[in-house]
Amino acid sequence: MTSTVVIDKAAPTRHVNYGSMSRDRTWALRWSYFFLTLFAIFSLVPPLYMLITSLKSSAEISAATNPWWVFHPTLANYAELLGSNQYLRFFLNSAMVSVFVVTITMLISVPAAFALSRMRFWGSATLATGVFLTYLIPDTLLFLPLFKMFAVFHDWTGIQLINRWYVLLIVYPTLTVPFCTWIMIGYFASIPKELDEAAIIDGASWFQTLTRIFIPVALPGLIAATIFAFTVSWAQFLYPLVFTTSTDQLVLPVGIITTLIKGDVFNWGQIMTGALLGAAPPLIIYAFLMDYYIAGLTAGATKG
Amino acid sequence: MVDVAIQPNSVPGARSTRKRASLRTAMKRKSTSAFLMTLPLILLILILVIYPAFYSLHLATLNKSMQRFVGLGNFEFLFKRETFWLVVKQSCIFALSAVFFKALIGFIVAHFVHNIPAKGQRKWRGMLLVPWVIPPAMSTLAWLWLFDPSYSAFNYTLAFFGIGPIPWTGDAYWARFSVILVNVWFGAPFFMIMYLASLKSVPEQLYEAAAIDGANWWQRIWYVTLPMMRNIIAITTLFSLIVTFANFDIVRILTAGGPLDHTHLFATWAFRLGIEGGDIPLGASVSLFMFPILAIAAIFILRDINKRGNEA
Repeated sequence: MTSTVVIDKAAPTRHVNYGSMSRDRTWALRWSYFFLTLFAIFSLVPPLYMLITSLKSSAEISAATNPWWVFHPTLANYAELLGSNQYLRFFLNSAMVSVFVVTITMLISVPAAFALSRMRFWGSATLATGVFLTYLIPDTLLFLPLFKMFAVFHDWTGIQLINRWYVLLIVYPTLTVPFCTWIMIGYFASIPKELDEAAIIDGASWFQTLTRIFIPVALPGLIAATIFAFTVSWAQFLYPLVFTTSTDQLVLPVGIITTLIKGDVFNWGQIMTGALLGAAPPLIIYAFLMDYYIAGLTAGATKG
Repeated sequence: MVDVAIQPNSVPGARSTRKRASLRTAMKRKSTSAFLMTLPLILLILILVIYPAFYSLHLATLNKSMQRFVGLGNFEFLFKRETFWLVVKQSCIFALSAVFFKALIGFIVAHFVHNIPAKGQRKWRGMLLVPWVIPPAMSTLAWLWLFDPSYSAFNYTLAFFGIGPIPWTGDAYWARFSVILVNVWFGAPFFMIMYLASLKSVPEQLYEAAAIDGANWWQRIWYVTLPMMRNIIAITTLFSLIVTFANFDIVRILTAGGPLDHTHLFATWAFRLGIEGGDIPLGASVSLFMFPILAIAAIFILRDINKRGNEA
């Protein structure tokens, strides 16, 4: 008894005596902050430069003054873009596509993940693995056959899909559903079996088990999956570039690139403003829900 | 016990003489309803992922107007073109070097973030992850402006150090460098977050034991950190290799494949041939060359999943 007390008392005094060790620690800490600052600058230069340029007038941009400073800040670029119907149309299209895609993704992947994680049926394990493998098939492999498929579909049924914004509602889920299903399987599988057994004993149906038990308990996972689906559909560039061409059907990334760049004339003030406003929704979500965002990011590889 | 509780419908009386009830029982059965719940997922994957993947195999064997079967003609044509071999070389250089630097920078930065007191980590992590959050199409525009031939902000800054104007996207080698740089900028935060999560899961006792045995910091990394993180490093690198091999946005916006096709990757070249050039079969043949890397990745991942399944 006494001996432990002595050791406990001795520990801090001994620690203080190791002055060199704590000095090493301080230096390691200083170096860490130094390099972190360097990397943070590297990370933040492009978005900050977007902001700087967006506050400049075209005259100031072409005057070749110090590019890192705004001498005559102006909001003209913002006013012009937010006043142009075309840009607002892009924004609206992007918002509609993203909201619909998130809804479709959740309606498909949550029940599927529930079935795959709890109700074993023939081939369910294979299907779960298969879902994950389809997540690995990139959009750049599928855009040409899909383009041809939609053209054939038009010949057969007379329904035109190419160059309509809603074609994106058909193709985006191929990017979001497999991953969302995969992370929801992980979250559902971590819910203790006793919870749903208790619900079943109380007379709940499968549907009630899903809505009353699984969805509330796995809500963090659900939010992470929703954020993932939203950011993917907001950022997707290849599919809208391939499938939509008229200016009233375009979504933001493609819209900015095809309409604000006119031939060889780059109106950089407006391009940067447009890009910054386009990057704003994911950035705002990230700023408020960073932990869910990171949970979704790491869940794909660590869970399952 | 559990099965009895879960299947309240399988009471003996349910299988009575009434025929109409059998459909209802089937609907209520666990496997049927489970299958119905996964049906939309299965249909989506079959129609919009599996079918197109095989359809592109079929497309690759047709001629430009897609009316005549040419067998391997498209591939023969590709193998004879110098641009094709240039694209193969560039895709490999691009993917391997970009993934290497992403992994290296991610590893280093994760260590620095892990080093500082836990209170400030959130702030730093938040700042360092910003490149990953901005849609790549938007951030690549910012890089394009930073690389602008006449108004480049980088060249303006470098001029103070007496370094002459660098043709960031004008010269073949610099253009390759720029494309890789932007990709590393965009992808390194993902590695950082993954490594940070896995660093936090390494038990502190292992480091204490290593320190008592007199290990220096390099030995601690080599013999403790790296073996503990081996799985996460492997899977993250594999993911990133696939995504980087299939990259489209950055090259398309930054250089559009130029100068003189010296930055084209499989994806951008397939787009150029298939959509802009109107030769869908040839484009499909090019994009099929992304398939081998996918197959290799799939084998590794399947092996990993099976291993995990056996451990559990």
